[in-house]
Amino acid sequence: MTSAHQPGHHSEVHLRVNGKPVTLDVDHRRVLLDLLREDLDLTGSKKGCDHGQCGACTVLVDGRRLNSCLLLAVTLDGSEVTTVEGLGGDGEEPHPLQRAFLDRDAFQCGYCTPGQLCSAVGMLAEAAAGHPSHVTDPAAPSGSPVALDRAEIRERLSGNLCRCGAYPRIVEAVEDVIE
Amino acid sequence: MNGFAYLRPTGVQEAVDAYAAHPGAAYLAGGTNLVDLMKLGVARPTALIDVGRLPLDTIEERPDGSVRVGATVRNSDLAADPRVRDRWPALSQALLAGASGQLRNAATTGGNLLQRTRCPYFQDLGKPCNKRAPGSGCGAREGVHRDHAVLGHSEQCVATHPSDMAVALAALDAQVELYGPEGARKLPVTDFHRLPGEHPERDTWMRPGELITGVLLPATTAGVPSAYRKARDRASYAFALASVAVVLRVADGVVDQVAVAFGGLAHRPWRARHTELALLGAPAGPAAFEGAVALELAHAEPLRDNAFKVPLARNLALDVLGRLAPAPAGV
Repeated sequence: MTSAHQPGHHSEVHLRVNGKPVTLDVDHRRVLLDLLREDLDLTGSKKGCDHGQCGACTVLVDGRRLNSCLLLAVTLDGSEVTTVEGLGGDGEEPHPLQRAFLDRDAFQCGYCTPGQLCSAVGMLAEAAAGHPSHVTDPAAPSGSPVALDRAEIRERLSGNLCRCGAYPRIVEAVEDVIE
Repeated sequence: MNGFAYLRPTGVQEAVDAYAAHPGAAYLAGGTNLVDLMKLGVARPTALIDVGRLPLDTIEERPDGSVRVGATVRNSDLAADPRVRDRWPALSQALLAGASGQLRNAATTGGNLLQRTRCPYFQDLGKPCNKRAPGSGCGAREGVHRDHAVLGHSEQCVATHPSDMAVALAALDAQVELYGPEGARKLPVTDFHRLPGEHPERDTWMRPGELITGVLLPATTAGVPSAYRKARDRASYAFALASVAVVLRVADGVVDQVAVAFGGLAHRPWRARHTELALLGAPAGPAAFEGAVALELAHAEPLRDNAFKVPLARNLALDVLGRLAPAPAGV
């Protein structure tokens, strides 16, 4: 991608990123991941595959987890974006899930961790809202919060790859937050 | 990636008009496939018409017992909808068997139907592919084709359609609602995707400029037992090697209503009409199921490296038919 804007090929976009209003003139080709990392210097979100296959770029957009590498920034005008830098809110304290990852040593190289964290936060909200997964009993009542056992956690986080293989500790960290 | 214009219409007519006014335009919704294809250079639209925020994001019950799903309803929301889970469970199960939580939160009902094949030759500009570059040849037919079609393929193309959702919709007799320059019309999901034939570059029977506005789930399959099962190379987050959606109602031990659709085997969801004809009115049991499924798969023409798909599809179908059939009285 070039940074030079061609006429008609860029637009002004208004976002709230980690609670702060942001206005940018973006090339239509700009994906949210590159906007975060290169325009806003929020380098927590990682570029793994850049094709929506690894989950390292996962962020929350209006509370829902999405792959930021596949989101054209221009389509997000008016959206609220939360990255790993914003999970803990305004305070100094990390998000409880970040604390659990530290306590469980739920990483080796750490590259997938920001995506794992954002994905897990989004996933917990989905389960609480009653969203089923591939491993949820089809006979379970619709709309009720889904209890998350290990099979549920693993299935629901399958969109986040960890090539170090830290999965067992990641699952334990998520379990800690549920309990 | 080349630069492109971006338009965000607020209504369906405005979107269709914008498409007509911008040669080389593409509709964009969730973008989970289109943006990726643009990065790969496979798709090169000169303008994107963003239909992702059109007011088509609702699921509405109709007095006749059908349900209309708006085209921009996200896959995760459709899978979680209590009416869908209770009355058309195969659809919810198929959606949840596809992609990841992140992708299902972005992908839309209309976009899921229009996703392109994941054939590696299609996605690689350095390789021949009649679907991407008509006349360039098919690299997969004699190349890497373990994941490819065993039914309905042509000399020109052996690609499969990647959607799980579409397979369930095909079995459930759903219809696709379209709007375009010539007005509104409907197509059954079973007649929506094409076989490759001489023109693999055309995935569907949509006309230029048409937009999917919704999908209709019919009353005829509402509440009828249905299920979806998928086989893949890993336990989650992978495309189907083979999959099956089954709708089955048994009355007094006899098959009263049945639909079987296979995924991962062809260029479109494959309704097993031979199986269905053989089963209708037959006693619901393993012998009838085995014979009827074999009738359909006898038409398979596997490639060098994907003959395994035939027994795989057979086993999936027999498993789901068996699970949906009530146990015989006294057992």
